[in-house]
Amino acid sequence: MSLDVQNLVVAYRTLRGDVRAVDDVSFSVADGEIMGLAGESGCGKSTLGNSLVRLDRTMRCLGGRALLDGTELPLSDWDAMDDFRFKKVSLVPQYSMSALNPTRRIGKMISEVVRSRKIRYKDVLPELERRLRLVGLPTDVLAKYPIELSGGMKQRVVMVLTTLLDPSLLVADEVTSALDVSTQRAVGGMLVELRDMGIVTSTIVITHDLSVLVQVADSVVVMYAGKLVERAPTATVVDAPRHPYTKLLIASLPEVGVRYAEHVLAGIPGHPPSLLDPPKGCRFADRCPLASAECAVEPPLVELESGHFVACWKAS
Amino acid sequence: MSKDTTTTKDDTAAPTEEGNTAPRHELVYFALRNRKLVIGLSIVGLLGLAAIVAPFSARSNPDAFVGPPMQPPSSSYLLGTTYFGQDVYSQLVNGLRQSFLVGIMGGGIAFVVATAVGFTAGYRGGAVDEVLNMLTNVLLVIPTLALLIIVGGYLKGTSIVFEAMFVGATAWPWAARAIRAQTLSLVSRDFVGLARLSGVRSWRIVVGEVAPNMSSYLFLTFILLFGNAILISASYDFLGFGPPGGVSLGSMMNLAFAWNALQLHIWWWFVPPGVAIMGIVGGLYVTNVGLDEVFNPKLRSL
Amino acid sequence: MRRYFARKLLTYFLTFFVAVTLDWGIPRLMPGDPIAGLLSKFQLQPSSYAVLHSSYTRAFNLGEPLWRQYLDFWRALLHGSLGTSIYAYPDPVTTVIRHAVVFTLALLLPATVLSYLAGNKVGAIAARRKLLDDTVLPFSYVLTATPYQWLALLLAFVLASVAHVFPISGGFSYSLVPTLSWAFLWSLLTHWFLPFVTLFLVGFGGWAIGMRNLIIYELDADYAHFLESLGAPRRLVRKYAYKNARLPQLTGLALSLGTIVGGAVVTEIVFNYPGIGWLVLQAINSEDFFLLQGIFLFIIVGVLLANFVVDVVYVLVDPRTRIGLQEGTR
Ligand SMILES: Nc1ncnc2c1ncn2[C@@H]1O[C@H](COP(=O)(O)OP(=O)(O)O)[C@@H](O)[C@H]1O
Ligand code: SF4
Ligand SMILES: [Mg+2]
Repeated sequence: MSLDVQNLVVAYRTLRGDVRAVDDVSFSVADGEIMGLAGESGCGKSTLGNSLVRLDRTMRCLGGRALLDGTELPLSDWDAMDDFRFKKVSLVPQYSMSALNPTRRIGKMISEVVRSRKIRYKDVLPELERRLRLVGLPTDVLAKYPIELSGGMKQRVVMVLTTLLDPSLLVADEVTSALDVSTQRAVGGMLVELRDMGIVTSTIVITHDLSVLVQVADSVVVMYAGKLVERAPTATVVDAPRHPYTKLLIASLPEVGVRYAEHVLAGIPGHPPSLLDPPKGCRFADRCPLASAECAVEPPLVELESGHFVACWKAS
Repeated sequence: MSKDTTTTKDDTAAPTEEGNTAPRHELVYFALRNRKLVIGLSIVGLLGLAAIVAPFSARSNPDAFVGPPMQPPSSSYLLGTTYFGQDVYSQLVNGLRQSFLVGIMGGGIAFVVATAVGFTAGYRGGAVDEVLNMLTNVLLVIPTLALLIIVGGYLKGTSIVFEAMFVGATAWPWAARAIRAQTLSLVSRDFVGLARLSGVRSWRIVVGEVAPNMSSYLFLTFILLFGNAILISASYDFLGFGPPGGVSLGSMMNLAFAWNALQLHIWWWFVPPGVAIMGIVGGLYVTNVGLDEVFNPKLRSL
Repeated sequence: MRRYFARKLLTYFLTFFVAVTLDWGIPRLMPGDPIAGLLSKFQLQPSSYAVLHSSYTRAFNLGEPLWRQYLDFWRALLHGSLGTSIYAYPDPVTTVIRHAVVFTLALLLPATVLSYLAGNKVGAIAARRKLLDDTVLPFSYVLTATPYQWLALLLAFVLASVAHVFPISGGFSYSLVPTLSWAFLWSLLTHWFLPFVTLFLVGFGGWAIGMRNLIIYELDADYAHFLESLGAPRRLVRKYAYKNARLPQLTGLALSLGTIVGGAVVTEIVFNYPGIGWLVLQAINSEDFFLLQGIFLFIIVGVLLANFVVDVVYVLVDPRTRIGLQEGTR
């Protein structure tokens, strides 16, 4: 079992109090597994992904833990985490178009980062160039500035860099969101390839767009308002979702959308609630078509069948 | 947030999207909690109050010779008297009023010109942008004070309105540039594109879509222009180009210097006006930073 | 890069053209008879009034058609002639200005460069040390809000008039003949010091605040967070932030050149420091309008040159300008 997240609670510290953006979330990702993490914007996906790699000063881990290959990640200890970052856990950030220092040649920047991690650039350069070619980039991008590259090229450079040291865990946050459809497919393919070649052991793919996960993910975790609401193998989530929220997400997928056109246009009415003071009971209640009195009590996450977890009173 | 090569210092005050969607009561909440904002506003507010109540707290004619010359501060002359025996306190509060007036009028005119030029250039783009941008850059390079030297020399006896107009006419270019850059980045966003496609007339898009989305930025710009105008007018008056007869903070320093206050050790003549200017302008700058933190959640520290 | 400089140079030539036109046009644009307006400011005997009036009319070429006057103005200018100074009659304006420019440059260049460098350094340090931030920042806000002339008055009062540590006025002691002696150089230095400190301090405050705020923004930029997620040490992240923050600071430097020149003018006046600013006051007091017009053009040319230097430095500091421009993208 490669990554094991147990009862993780992560909050943003603000002047008005803690925003619990990840609230008691548990899941695990096996070796070689690509797990998708889905949900609308603002549900806490990025917070969860970031907290596993870079829990910054505005965030606080209020509970739970994360085990990577049996070792607990020191999420809250910035300096101790540095031993894991890049080498064991890596993050392709949501903003990867602007993740490269605009005033440094890409190769120079990489060499400075690598050297700052006490690794000789010369030692990794051949592998770096090999992987650039692998993702279809000429090696002379190393001599260029980020401004000279297209969005998709920058994205690929960032992916090559983050996976350069063969991390056990890769978190890829919205890597396809800003791209056109064909580039999306290519990037999705890259994620699978990185796994197939054993470069990355376990992968978490974060997206608000479920259709990406259909292509790449082995399993899917759906989050809503900081809570994990459904977790299952990808095929199960797509074909037999049990949580009303997941069902609505699936209904708004383009392929299905042909049949449920109104869903595509409308999306899901309403917005996720503020996590500063989240609603009691089921957090989806005010948008849920099935909501009833019992939903005033928070539904527990139950395993309906092997590997299929749902947190909804009406699911069983 | 990466910067492109044309960004100026001032662009950093750019609001984020979240900043504008924050509910109003939340902004007030953060505003009251922001030390910089509270301190800055208090200083500016107190000085503003002093300027407003000037007619009641000070002698009606600040130029009147009311007492023995060169008196140090005392209970009868709060801030002492000038070389000629005028009351420094009365001159100070009246000067404050002049400064606020010039600041608001001059800063206001500059603000109007800057927004007009910035919006038009940023929104229309193309040849209009080229021309306006070139005009802005040309005026940006010409130092206002140098221009004043040739204008002031030929104009006898200017008024405070003229001074405000001069400041307003020359102080806008940096602001126009900053607003243009902001507009450009907003125009490239979807909602403006949509409005454009739907055929809404362009000034309505600017008023309806662009301006509200950078209202906090515009407000911060105005505050800086306000402070700039006060500093510039203080220099003009110090050079002796100020309105004759009237008392301003700059002309107090001018007269103190011209009548050897340095050698005669009449420090109470030139220290107060400088402190007052520093108070207003420094207070405005600090307010600006405080407001920036309030509008821009990213900057809110714990 | 070529396009970048071509654009800049075009702006500068246009600016120069506009400045010369203003310089020529403003006396002629003023309502009424410009010369009468000019002379009415001074109490003159009727006889001297008539003499001055006719000599100004001739000097301004007012009898000629406008386009001719304008061309003549340019022609004279391109021959390096800015007329004759009245204040320093019969010296040509250019000579008078040249003597003063030396003093102004000796003041402005070191004050601007040193305050810029020191302010950037201190601001960068303040951005990462809470204690320093809490002290340097308020101090910097006070400095940057200070009118130059007031700080000059204060320094002159405390350190010269009261404490007698520095001379209060002039560019050097008038009891000395300008020679290359130690005594004279020392005199130059002591007279130079207070005006220099004035310009340095006000500038310093602004640069420190600017750098501090920019670094804080940069440290929150995406690339900084990405570096952190790769486990890069703080040192590297700060280095990048500092280097990137220098770019908007340089733009800021170009933008504030006019303010700096204005500050130098009023500072020189307070200290009677015989540079351009002091010359402005003399010209105003002795109704010397050729001198004022000449000073205006000199300031413009100086600011244009300074702008150009900043542009060159910018290209050296921001590698993107070099590349982007070769590719013609900018
Ligand atoms: N720096 C922050 N301070 C306070 N709240 C934040 C911050 N960043 C994100 N949040 C809040 O945390 C929640 C989750 O955000 P995020 O993890 O970015 O969601 P997602 O990636 O699913 O779109 C949102 O409600 C958002 O408002
Ligand atoms: S628990 Fe109730 S409100 Fe929540 S998702 Fe299920 S049915 Fe809807
Ligand atoms: Mg996200």
